[in-house]
Amino acid sequence: MTLTSTDLLLEATGVAKTYGAVQALKSASLAVRPGEVHALMGANGAGKSTLVKILTGAVTPDAGTISVRGRDLALRSPGQARRGGIVPVYQEPALIPDLDIRSNLRLTETPAEPFRHWLSELGLPDVNLSSLARRLPLATLRVIDLARALAIEPDVLMLDEMTAALPANLTERVLEVVGRHRGGGRCVVFISHRMIEIAAVCDRATVLREGSTVGVVDVTPGSEDRIVELMLGQIVEDMPDAADQAHGTTRAADAVPRLSGRNLAYGTRLEDVTFDLYPGEVLGVVALEGQGQDELLDVLSGIHRPSSGSIEIDGAPVSFRYPGDAIRAGVVYVAADRAEALLMQRSIRENIALPFRARIPKWGLINLGEERQIVDRAVETLQIDARAGGEVRRLSGGNQQKVTIARWVASGVKTMVCFDPTRGIDIRTKRQIYALLRDLAEAGAAILLYTSELKEVQLVCDRAIVVFGGRVVRELTRAEADEPALLRAAYNLRSDSALPEDTVGELVAQAEPDPTGPSTGEPDPREPETGT
Amino acid sequence: MSAAAAPVGATRADPAGAISKFGRRNAWVLGLLGVLIGLFLFTKGIQPRYGPIPIQGLAVSVLPLVFAAVAQAIVVIGGGIDLSIGSMMALTSVVSATLMQDQSEAFAVGVVIGVLLLGLVIGGINGGLVVVTRVPDIVVTLAMSFVWAGFALLVRGAPGGGAASWLTGLVRGPLGNEWIPMAAVVGLVAIVVIWMPLSRSRLGLSIYAIGSDRLAAFRSGVPVGRTRIVAYMMTGLFSALGGLALTATTGIGSPVPGPYTLLSVAAIVLGGVSLAGGRGGVFGPIIAVVILQLIQTDLTFLSVDSNLALVAQGLLLIAVLMVGSLIDMRRNRQ
Repeated sequence: MTLTSTDLLLEATGVAKTYGAVQALKSASLAVRPGEVHALMGANGAGKSTLVKILTGAVTPDAGTISVRGRDLALRSPGQARRGGIVPVYQEPALIPDLDIRSNLRLTETPAEPFRHWLSELGLPDVNLSSLARRLPLATLRVIDLARALAIEPDVLMLDEMTAALPANLTERVLEVVGRHRGGGRCVVFISHRMIEIAAVCDRATVLREGSTVGVVDVTPGSEDRIVELMLGQIVEDMPDAADQAHGTTRAADAVPRLSGRNLAYGTRLEDVTFDLYPGEVLGVVALEGQGQDELLDVLSGIHRPSSGSIEIDGAPVSFRYPGDAIRAGVVYVAADRAEALLMQRSIRENIALPFRARIPKWGLINLGEERQIVDRAVETLQIDARAGGEVRRLSGGNQQKVTIARWVASGVKTMVCFDPTRGIDIRTKRQIYALLRDLAEAGAAILLYTSELKEVQLVCDRAIVVFGGRVVRELTRAEADEPALLRAAYNLRSDSALPEDTVGELVAQAEPDPTGPSTGEPDPREPETGT
Repeated sequence: MSAAAAPVGATRADPAGAISKFGRRNAWVLGLLGVLIGLFLFTKGIQPRYGPIPIQGLAVSVLPLVFAAVAQAIVVIGGGIDLSIGSMMALTSVVSATLMQDQSEAFAVGVVIGVLLLGLVIGGINGGLVVVTRVPDIVVTLAMSFVWAGFALLVRGAPGGGAASWLTGLVRGPLGNEWIPMAAVVGLVAIVVIWMPLSRSRLGLSIYAIGSDRLAAFRSGVPVGRTRIVAYMMTGLFSALGGLALTATTGIGSPVPGPYTLLSVAAIVLGGVSLAGGRGGVFGPIIAVVILQLIQTDLTFLSVDSNLALVAQGLLLIAVLMVGSLIDMRRNRQ
């Protein structure tokens, strides 16, 4: 290795990417030194995942240069990125389910011996290499994927949410192995929503906001505040008038919640969520990506049955086997992806009429006159631009989203569960949707609103719960729920003090390549092997 | 490190474990083999004269469909489907029969090689169109089935042409022992020679990978588009072998596609290839083809109305698949 420590190992400058009308990345840069574990951070929609996709060759950038060890790379496919020395490990393991582990290794030309070595280093020494990937549990597959990447000894190892939903003992091993890369000749780009892990293993952090790199921070105790500050940037008060619309509702003490979740759990991400949603209120749900919110809303709308816990409506427990059961119980779902909900080739009229048509006449002909009245009323209420009404797919995204809400308004909604309903919608339509949600709540409906835009919480919601790691970690009133407070809560940081000091200390001690003794108490025989 | 490697060596050295693992992995194929043997015994029971000569006839009559099934299996394992196999067989068959007519035996060798290359090319065109246009496989190959059938009619408006005598000799009669049909040996050799190296290469792994999980394969560095095209090329190659088998077994070429496309789909499904891609092999489908043909023979022996026999075949297919998915559900629940 002839490079000095100041030379950059990975350098990306001026990276830009536009998808249709959305500019996902404006000008992102990332500079990583050899022997460094570097965190890549940013709030939802900051462009983090786009940058990762570009660096790993899955997406071709519109502009910008990427170089490894001073050599410019044209990354057009993951294969090229691999050959260039950049190897990613994703949250979803890139193992082929129908091939056994040995064949998966051959597919990526991974040498078996180092793989075995890293597998036992990561705490899974007895994985049978002949078993099919689909027969192994997800956590094992993740560790296998990591060991496979380590065995190649890449210049740049990219870990994208590697530790999310990994059991604690494996997480500890992963962090320990990642920590060993400090001071060596190679580097790790580490992406995690857990500040504790960042503090434990990372040397520096690059922060993205709105598609641009806004700062590089040395990770030291107390630097979390600086990072959160950078992620937030200048808070623009762009909708002051709308902010007054939401009212902290005064609820009668004996009010019965319309919809309640009791210790809901599903899959690997939703661990234990309990909440009450009262009639006449909008309850916000705030979470970073992949904290269990997808599963929570799927469970509430009847797509999945919870593996444990229960759902109550008006105080009585219910069980949804299908979305149809939830709809009959008055719980309706508005998805971020309009294509999930609409019949794209059919008219506005048919789309709006579909859900309640299933209720009005069970048999016989549809009363078109009555249907027309109901639909017209809904179209008017929502101010849907119906000029291109023959086929829903020709409407703008905002108008499509209005149609998905209109169909439930037309059928007299009691409880609405919304998953990021304003994603990718223009500001004017967004406001109309906010106003509509408020109006519905005022009229007595109960609305659960998951949103990835933190400022929506104060605009629309009466209260908000924050979900982290599949659990509710905080509940905030509307007055408390400004963007900094929400973001801190979403990263599970306490609002007043920084981090729980003792936990950080412990993790740092485990990750530091220091053979004299981690604070866990037992001597650690793995340490001397640092520097592979 | 050597200590970590020891368990691997240990599992390899355990022959009983290896056999039971082989059995688990190939349970479906072994089950089919059992069914086939049972069917042979049943056939012998209802028709005591069933012997070497009818078995040779059986091998000759299934040979084109065996190649068609292998062709379909490869593309379906790669996550696609090819509805133009019957048309490609018709095209390659008429081209070979037309070129070989009244020509020397040596010239016919060149024709055979040329037709196999033609198969690779037309398969590559199918795959290229699927990858470039991003139109679903089923639509592209259905459209191409008309194109290849049209070309076949352009080459020769009516059945005719000829086949070199070495080619027809290659599928007739027994090889050595009268119980070993020549056609079966030739078919198996052709398939083994092409499939075995392919399935053990990184390319073969890549075909399984893109069929199993295209995103994971892409992220693992597999060139997805290129691999899909290669899968279609292999399908074209085996379709050409099927076309040559048609020419060899009938002695002429017919421009009208036979029922091979849909039968090939039935055969691979029965043979344990998942239509969702990524799972199965080529030997299951080969056995399945023989089973389907033998059932037809038996129904004829039992003098069942041939129309009813078709109904019975369809119902049997559904019954077998239900058994298969029940076994699968059982296994997944464990």
